[in-house]
Amino acid sequence: MKEAGRTKSGKGNMIESKDLVHEYSRRDEDGNITGIIRAIDGVDIQVKPGDFIAVLGANGSGKSTFAKHLNGLLFPTEGTLYIDGMDTSDSTNALFVRQTAGMVFQNPDNQIIANIVEEDVGFGPENMGVPTQEILKRVEESLKEVGMFEYRRHSPNRLSGGQKQRVAIAGIMAMRPKCIVLDEATAMLDPVGRKNVLGTVLRLNKKEKITIILITHYMEEVVQADYIYVMNKGKVALEGTPGEVFREEGKLEECRLTAPQITQLVRKLRKANIPIREDIFSEEELIRSLLLFKKNGR
Amino acid sequence: MLRDITIGQYYRADSVIHRLDARVKIVGTILYIISLFTFSSFQGYAVSVLFFGIMVTLSKVPFSYIVRGLKPILFMLVFTAALNLFWTPGTTIVEIGMLHLTWEGLYKAGFISLRLILLILGSSLMTLTTTPNQLTDGIEHLLRPLKYIHVPVHELALMMSIALRFIPILIEETDRIMKAQTARGADFESGNIARRLKNMLPILIPLFVSAVNRANDLALAMDARCYHGGDNRTKMHPLRYQGKDILAYGACVFYLVVLGIIVRI
Amino acid sequence: MSIVLQNVSYTYRNDGNSVTQALSDINLEIHKGEFLAIVGHTGSGKSTLIQLLNGLERATQGKVFFQGKDIYSKDFSIKELRSKVGMVFQYPENQLFEATVIKDVEFGPRNMGQDTLQMELNSFQALKDVGIGEELLDASVLALSGGQKRRVAIAGVLAMQPEFLVLDEPMAGLDPVGRREIFALLQKLHKERGITIVFVSHSMEDAAEYADRVVVMNQGKIVLDGPPRKIFCYEKELERIGLGVPQATRLVHRLAEQGAQIEKDCLTVEESAAAILNWLQG
Repeated sequence: MKEAGRTKSGKGNMIESKDLVHEYSRRDEDGNITGIIRAIDGVDIQVKPGDFIAVLGANGSGKSTFAKHLNGLLFPTEGTLYIDGMDTSDSTNALFVRQTAGMVFQNPDNQIIANIVEEDVGFGPENMGVPTQEILKRVEESLKEVGMFEYRRHSPNRLSGGQKQRVAIAGIMAMRPKCIVLDEATAMLDPVGRKNVLGTVLRLNKKEKITIILITHYMEEVVQADYIYVMNKGKVALEGTPGEVFREEGKLEECRLTAPQITQLVRKLRKANIPIREDIFSEEELIRSLLLFKKNGR
Repeated sequence: MLRDITIGQYYRADSVIHRLDARVKIVGTILYIISLFTFSSFQGYAVSVLFFGIMVTLSKVPFSYIVRGLKPILFMLVFTAALNLFWTPGTTIVEIGMLHLTWEGLYKAGFISLRLILLILGSSLMTLTTTPNQLTDGIEHLLRPLKYIHVPVHELALMMSIALRFIPILIEETDRIMKAQTARGADFESGNIARRLKNMLPILIPLFVSAVNRANDLALAMDARCYHGGDNRTKMHPLRYQGKDILAYGACVFYLVVLGIIVRI
Repeated sequence: MSIVLQNVSYTYRNDGNSVTQALSDINLEIHKGEFLAIVGHTGSGKSTLIQLLNGLERATQGKVFFQGKDIYSKDFSIKELRSKVGMVFQYPENQLFEATVIKDVEFGPRNMGQDTLQMELNSFQALKDVGIGEELLDASVLALSGGQKRRVAIAGVLAMQPEFLVLDEPMAGLDPVGRREIFALLQKLHKERGITIVFVSHSMEDAAEYADRVVVMNQGKIVLDGPPRKIFCYEKELERIGLGVPQATRLVHRLAEQGAQIEKDCLTVEESAAAILNWLQG
């Protein structure tokens, strides 16, 4: 399969994984292998360009290991993974894969390299050998896109967690990616920070048509996704639109996930034979349906 | 407890000195410090104090801010001054018990203190007007010739810059771990040195684990952003000498020449 | 039996030499037996507040009393206070340092001067309480999963036999079921061991579901203090400081605003569902 250059494959998908398997070996103190752990166990995922995809899963479900494959930071033990047509297991593709699918990590502190916001955003383009004038332009644009331009000369140490994550997103945007992977990037943030980061990626998805892969265990973050994959024990346990996934109460429970309160309410009301739609995720919509039902009687 | 420590004491202002190329400031400061050791006369000090005064005025950094840099060496300053005051043989002014205060001692103490003060203040002015990043950049450029003898200049500069970024984070972390262990009854203040060192383990081990984890994370994040060493890298803010930098070099040379003439007379 | 903060303020100096007032004029009494939530945004002063409770930080103004005794007076044993008021920091797993699980848990009780038998018993019991099985006692801390590490860290504080257990965002970074498990543990400690629980959170959902009293903080001040049902009557005030009420509660409030004759006093999804059904069928 290994061919020189960047042969396109993967049926025009942004991401295409087939029977993806990743195994870690656990070693004892002497370095002998004591066991093999299958972190990912036969995952098939297809993502079209411009999609907003969520990968849901509890801690230890394999979702983060999967994320690190998308960026060429880990390689498949078995199976294949194509990013924008490039085979990630071909190491000559590594830099192109990383430019195509940028990655935002969980800990805001541990992914900012420079001591000044704008220099950090410039770090990626500098590595790619982008000319100086172009770097300056991209840094300005990216910082404006995430709403952090006024902080460009600040030290990252003075920013909140959510602001740091938006700087990290700008750092990725400056590399002009087609796809951004957020590997539990909201897990360490407070509600305000989480909201701002989510708002930012949603806007990038709608406005810039950037493909978004949001990896999280917060179900309320994924109601706006086009499609959801739920991972459990290294496998895709459940997939579908938010409506299709949220309906599977039992399966979600098995995957150690809980639905947002609105969804729980909708379920309870439907169980009590109130005829409202099951794919209601917003407060306004539920209120509208309930008032309508009350007015028209049954 | 550790909140007070600051690293990199940059003072934000918009001045000619701030805008100078870091290389000029590094070279200029080194030349200035060397110049302080080439004379010990009133005239010489007059020139170097004057030159320093002009630089401070141009930098727009409040003088009180610069003087603060002396705090850590205050003890050393007083100690060397006292030593010179009373232990230099010569014409006695007053006698306090077995201590003789001499004219020669007064001169010597004055000069040495002044030299020390100017040395510290001069380098403070550099760090106050240059961001840590510009400093590392400047050093990287100045040391660039060493690349030809296989010194990894780019890597060293990057290490310095990353260290600067993580020192405040690790200080905060230390603070947090210290509190957590204090809450579990740990005692860091009593006992002899061996005991105290042992008592530090509950801080040092978690701190070490955390630093390793952070380093791991950071390495991944750098990989993800296409870092592959210093080759084929471009710069967002390449250092390029401009008119004012050449002028600044000129000013340094002018200072040295004036100093030379005044001291000779 | 309580902790009392009387007119407490806390200021600190930034490196820019400006002064930040983290807490201003706080009056708070934490009674024994409470399950108290302290809710507020990052920077609202809630983390500073809890560090005053066991003397880790010292109030710059005002007094703190533990069981009627001024903790800043000379003859007060701050060490004893720290065993009585156990403190679990955010991401407490980061403080583990011993080679084995049991040794790490024994660190606190040993420092507190418990004798060997006592210490071993308490540590063993604490690990049992948090659900760490015997087979893990001698395991390396590094071999544990994230959730297990957090439990061990909590056990390390429990082994000191505290009467008050103060936790700074005990559920940070956990998945939904992990959160639920931690709260189930706190409820058990509260009910079976009679330990007073004080936890800090940004989540009104958690406060509504578990706490019997909620203290809301904003900009270094206590803005609301009372049982969750009472607190949630002040929805507008809560929204203004960016906190709000749980989704299910807010929905019922909205319906009432639209003219629905509905019971507004709802804390949980169950109560809201019942209220809605009542209204629809009434």
